[in-house]
Amino acid sequence: MTPSPRKTAKLKHFVSSEPFDPEVPDHAVSAAQEKYYLASQWKLMWWKFTRHRLAVISGIFLLLTYFSILISEFLAPYALHTRNVDFIFAPPQSVHLFDEGSFIGPFVYGTNYRLNMENLQRVYTEDKSKIYRLKFFCRGDEYDFWGLFKSNVHLICPEKGGTLFLLGTDRLGRDILSRIVYGARISLTIGLLGIAISFSLALVIGGIAGYYGGIVDLITQRVIEVIQSFPQIPLWMALSAVLPVTWSPLLIYFAITVILAMLDWTGLARAVRSKILSLREDDYCLAAQLMGARPRRIIGRHLLPGLMSHLIASATLSIPTIILGETALSFLGLGLRPPITSWGVLLNEAQNINVVALYPWLILPVVPVVLVIIAFNFLGDGLRDAADPYK
Amino acid sequence: MIGYIIRRILIMIPTLLAISMIVFIIIELPPGDYLESYVAELQAQGESVDPQEIEFLRERYGFDASPVDRYLRWVGGMLQGDFGYSFEYRLPVSDVVGDRLFLTILVSMATIIFTWIIAFPIGIYSATHQYSWGDYGLTFIGLLGLATPNFLLALILLYFANVTFGTSIGGLMDAKYIDQPWSMDKAMSVLEHLWIPVVVIGTSGTAGMIRRLRANLLDELQKQYVVTARAKGLPPFRALVKYPLRAALNFFVADIGTLLPSIISGAELVAVVLSLPTTGPILIAALQSQDMYLAGSFLMFLATLTVVGVLISDLLLAWLDPRIRLAGGVAR
Repeated sequence: MTPSPRKTAKLKHFVSSEPFDPEVPDHAVSAAQEKYYLASQWKLMWWKFTRHRLAVISGIFLLLTYFSILISEFLAPYALHTRNVDFIFAPPQSVHLFDEGSFIGPFVYGTNYRLNMENLQRVYTEDKSKIYRLKFFCRGDEYDFWGLFKSNVHLICPEKGGTLFLLGTDRLGRDILSRIVYGARISLTIGLLGIAISFSLALVIGGIAGYYGGIVDLITQRVIEVIQSFPQIPLWMALSAVLPVTWSPLLIYFAITVILAMLDWTGLARAVRSKILSLREDDYCLAAQLMGARPRRIIGRHLLPGLMSHLIASATLSIPTIILGETALSFLGLGLRPPITSWGVLLNEAQNINVVALYPWLILPVVPVVLVIIAFNFLGDGLRDAADPYK
Repeated sequence: MIGYIIRRILIMIPTLLAISMIVFIIIELPPGDYLESYVAELQAQGESVDPQEIEFLRERYGFDASPVDRYLRWVGGMLQGDFGYSFEYRLPVSDVVGDRLFLTILVSMATIIFTWIIAFPIGIYSATHQYSWGDYGLTFIGLLGLATPNFLLALILLYFANVTFGTSIGGLMDAKYIDQPWSMDKAMSVLEHLWIPVVVIGTSGTAGMIRRLRANLLDELQKQYVVTARAKGLPPFRALVKYPLRAALNFFVADIGTLLPSIISGAELVAVVLSLPTTGPILIAALQSQDMYLAGSFLMFLATLTVVGVLISDLLLAWLDPRIRLAGGVAR
């Protein structure tokens, strides 16, 4: 309300020159105001949320990325494990529109490969005599679409004989762009799955602590404090290092998710507990009780809606922690293991400074990680503001 | 005050005990014991095994005793300064840790101070110039810093340092000082290298702190006593510094508690990327080779560091704020 002290250095004394008319009620309501006063809680939240531009943009971006994991096979120019033995550590190819002044449409040049015999470095140069047009909805590597049917249609691929490595290739000649597209599947779902687990843990534990109070509450609080005083990443590392090597990659995936969720619920549980404690004491709760509402109705109709909007906002804000946790663990080689491809697994190849210096495109999987994390933060910010629409 | 300190330290004991139990469970989780696989490995390589040494280790660390016995032995040993035996290095853990723990503490402390120095003026500026372009810009940069994982930032920095300067920015001292005794030159070299990890680790914490300081100060500025002070003609600067800032400062100290675990976490990861001689790389190596006593002691060290850090912040807070030391409440 009060602007900063500096700005109000010279306030003028204000007297309204309007004649005072006691007949006009000062609570006259315009149509817009009436619409506002009559709107439901969720509608108010939606209005408030859409005013946060960055949050809306981030939400759309996240929806698109999550949609992309449904059709990764179609979006990626190559299959996940396709090796191009002739193009190991090939740099990114750029897309051109004009060749020597004449318009051709999107195309890439061919690449020539030469081994520098002095330092055994692979040198790739553009071969301007070879032009490969880009084709859309074309046939490429065959894939099994979600185990439903086989297909080989891709959104984009080069003409026959050409290659299309928009972000370069790795040490086995696999296309990095395709691997990033596929990696989104694991990296993004681990965030959702993890938050689902930690959310339910938080609801149950925080709910019990807030509802019963007393000694139960005290013990829960101490346990949460102990868990929170651990530095999170070393503890994650220790737990995931303990996972047996013999487990299948899928099992490891679930185990890692559980480990990430197991240490993540504490903050949410605290939020649930304090919210329940304060909402329980609110007047409208007492009013509902006095009017004879059953506990189930009070919890379901009055407490949960007040709680949920906040919880969804804080859950959104802690999804990035889980995604990042997975990335960090896999980056260190303690998380997911290679046949499963996540962004962290991709980054694992860029762990070495020499690799970063020689083949800088290997750190490109950083970009989607950072974008997704930022988007989740903005979205969560917007949701948190919207969660309390009356403020 | 003394009563508060004693109470606060007594609370710490069960916390540390609980932490040690969790760490011990993690140490015990891998199937089989280290000595079995160690002997098998040596025999597979055709090396001779000194049965006496194995027997000595088995005896000393009570591999045949029950888990409860071993836990008591482990905790008891730690209290006497015996942190166990690193099977990988074949040295007592305390010898392996040595300098590394000190450097970890050094990096963490430097990061906290860096965080404060940066966050303090920016937070005040953002709060007093709410919704100005400067506020928006700084908030945006802060959000970017919050969102960019610091080990990825370290990777990107490594790349750009390589492209622009052609040098490696890894390490915490010049190569010639590694394994040298401490001297003035070595300390200077450490100081020269320190700022990179400090900036990298500090980014996310700084961003968070700016946001929290801004929110806290804004809350204070909206209170009526500020209006009264302004109405009575107190100059803006004094009206800011004299009361609202002091009230917002409390949380600044209390924040160490939330800052420290994340700084240590970040430091461990960044240390791997920048190959710092702190506990990070060795902890990961220990975890990968399942050298569990070494890993367990490290975890214990890091957790203790956090708990002690929180203790210090709580005591500072009690010293600053009489409400806390008189009511005997816990700071956070």
